[in-house]
Amino acid sequence: MKTLQLPRSPKVLLGLGIVGFFIILTVVGPWLAPDNPSSTAYAALLGPSTHHWLGTTSLGQDIFSQLLVGARATMVVALVAGLVATLLSMVIGISAGYLGGVSDDGLSLLSNVFLAIPGLPLLIVIDSYLPVTSRSNEFVIGLIISLTGWAWGARVLRAQTMSLRNRDFVEAARIIGESRSRIMFTEIAPNLLPVLASSLLFTVLYSIGAYVTLAYIGLTSTATWNWGTMLYWAQANNAPLSNEWYWFVPPGICIALVGTGLALLNFGIDEFINPRLRAGGLSARQRRSLGLPRRPRLGLTPVLAPRPRTARRNVVSS
Amino acid sequence: MRMILRRIALYALTAWVAVTVNFVLPRLMPGNPVQTLIGKLTGQVTPNEIRAIRLSFGMGFHEGLLAQYGTYLNQLAHGNLGVSITLGAPVSSILRASVPWTVGLIGVSTVVSFLIGTFSGAILGWTRGSRFDSLIPTATFFQAIPYFFLGTVMLLIFGSNLHWFPVLGAYSANVTPGWNWAFIASVIRYGELPVISIVLSSVAGWMLGMRNMMITMIGEDFVLMAVAKGLARRRVIWHAARSAVLPSIANLSLAIGLVVSGALLVELVFNYPGVGDLLLQAVLNEDYPLIQGIFLVITLTVLAANLIADLVYLALDPRTRSEAAV
Repeated sequence: MKTLQLPRSPKVLLGLGIVGFFIILTVVGPWLAPDNPSSTAYAALLGPSTHHWLGTTSLGQDIFSQLLVGARATMVVALVAGLVATLLSMVIGISAGYLGGVSDDGLSLLSNVFLAIPGLPLLIVIDSYLPVTSRSNEFVIGLIISLTGWAWGARVLRAQTMSLRNRDFVEAARIIGESRSRIMFTEIAPNLLPVLASSLLFTVLYSIGAYVTLAYIGLTSTATWNWGTMLYWAQANNAPLSNEWYWFVPPGICIALVGTGLALLNFGIDEFINPRLRAGGLSARQRRSLGLPRRPRLGLTPVLAPRPRTARRNVVSS
Repeated sequence: MRMILRRIALYALTAWVAVTVNFVLPRLMPGNPVQTLIGKLTGQVTPNEIRAIRLSFGMGFHEGLLAQYGTYLNQLAHGNLGVSITLGAPVSSILRASVPWTVGLIGVSTVVSFLIGTFSGAILGWTRGSRFDSLIPTATFFQAIPYFFLGTVMLLIFGSNLHWFPVLGAYSANVTPGWNWAFIASVIRYGELPVISIVLSSVAGWMLGMRNMMITMIGEDFVLMAVAKGLARRRVIWHAARSAVLPSIANLSLAIGLVVSGALLVELVFNYPGVGDLLLQAVLNEDYPLIQGIFLVITLTVLAANLIADLVYLALDPRTRSEAAV
C-alpha cells in the first residue's frame, strides 16, 4: 500500500500552511471575534482602524467579526460537501470500475449525466424550492452541493480502478474468497489514496465556490454569517461601486486563499502521482546541488529528489 | 459514427433528466411551493390566471401525475415554458431576448481563454523549471477566486475608479440596437471588461492542464527524434503541442458547464442583460416558471456546446474513432 508522501516543495508547504491556518480559524474563529457580528452598535461605514480592523457595514456591524465568525459556516459546508461527495464518488466509481458489465454501464451513465448538467443552475433550481428553514441549515446545503459535485471524482476513480482490477493482489484476494465489497473497499481503495485525496481537494474547492455563490445570490439564509452572505450584503448596499473595498474585498480574498491553498496541495499530489512533474518543483538551489543543468534537457527523465547530505557523505567515506 | 450516436444518446438522456427534474421538484418539496405561491397570489389575480399558472406547472385540475407529466412534456415540445409570474410575459419570449447576450459573452470568453491558456501552457511546459514557473501559483490564485468576485474587483478598479472601461450594461444608451456599426462597436466596448474577468478566472485551468500534458509529452521519443533531426525549436514545440492539446480538447465539453456556472454571475455584477441577471431576479421574486425555464435553456445550450466539442475532438483524434468501432 502506497502511503501519501507529498514532495516537500515550497508550493506544497505553502499550501499546507494556508489550509492549516484556515482550519484553525474554523475552530477558533467565532471565539476570537471581538464583537457579535450581527450587533449594530457602531457607527455606519467606518473605515478600517485599530478599533475595527476592517471597518463597519452600513448597519454598523464589525466586519472583522463577521469574517471570523463566517469562516466556520463556510468551511463546515465545504468540508461536509467535500467528504460526502468524495464518499459518493468512491462508492460509485470503484463499483463501476470493479464490477464492470451492466452495473458499470448504469453507473457510468449516471455520472455522465451529472457531469453534463451544469452544476450551478441545477443547484439554484433545487435550492429555490427548499423551504426557508432548510436553507439556513449548513448540513442540508452541504448535502445538496455534494449531490452536484461527485461525478467528476467518480469518473476518475472508475478509470483508476479498472487499471487495478486485474493486478495480482486483487486476483489473490478473489481466489482466497474475499467478498466483493471487501476487495473493493479494503484492497483497491487504499491504492487509490492519492486519487481520492486529489478528488477530495477538488470537491472541497468546488463546494466553497458553490456555497459562497448560493449565499451571494441570497439563496441561503441571509441571517447566518458566512463569506457569501457578507458579499451579498456588500453587493446589496452597493459597496463595490461606492469604494467601500474593506467590506467586500476581505471575504473574497479569504475564499481565494483557501482555494489557492487547496490547489497548491493538489500540485503536491499530482507530482506524487506523476513524478515527471516533480523536477519542475525543484528550486534553483536544489537543482544546482543535484548537479542538474539549469533547465531540464530533453530525453532526460527528471525523476529526482534532493538526497540528504548525510547519505552522500556515507558514500564518499565508504 | 457509433461514437457520435452514443454521445447524442447521452445528451438526449441528460436533457430528459433536466426536464424531469423540473417536473418532479415542485411536487417533491415539502409544503409545495406552487400552492404557497398561488395562495400568495389569491385576491391579486383572477381565477383564470391562477388556472394558467397551475397549467404552466403542468398541475391541471383533477389529473393524475402521469397525465400531468404528459401535459407538461407536450407544452415543452411546443416551446411553451409557461408564463413568468413577475414579468407577466411568456418565459420563452423573455429568454429569446437574453440568451443571445449570454451565449455571445460566454462563447467569446471561452474561446479566448482556451487559446491563451493552451498557448501559454505549452510554453510553460516546454520551459519548465525556468522563472516562468512562478506564473503557476499566481494563475492558481486567480483560478481560486470566484468569478463574480474577480468581476466585482475589476469593475471597481478599472471601471468606476480608472474609467478605462464603461460600466454596467451591454451597450451605450446613445446607440440604437441593430446591425449598424455604432451598435456593434458599443457592444464590443462594453463586453471587454466582462470578457477579461471571465478569461482571467478560467485561463489557469487550461494553462495548468496543457503544461502538465506538455511535460509528459516532452519525454516521448517522437519529440526527442524531432530534436535529433535538428528541427527548429518552434517546430518541435508545435510538434509536441499538437499531441498535448488533445486532452484539453477532450476536457472542453466538461469545462463548458463550469464556465457557464461561473460566468452567469459575472453578468450579474456587470448588469449584463443576459440570463444570469434574469436568474437572480427570478430567484429573488420566487418566479418559479422563469427559474425553471432558465435552467432548462442553460442546460440545453450547454449540452449542444458539449456535442460540438465532442465532434471537434472526434475529428481531431483518430484514436477515438477506432476505439468507438471496437
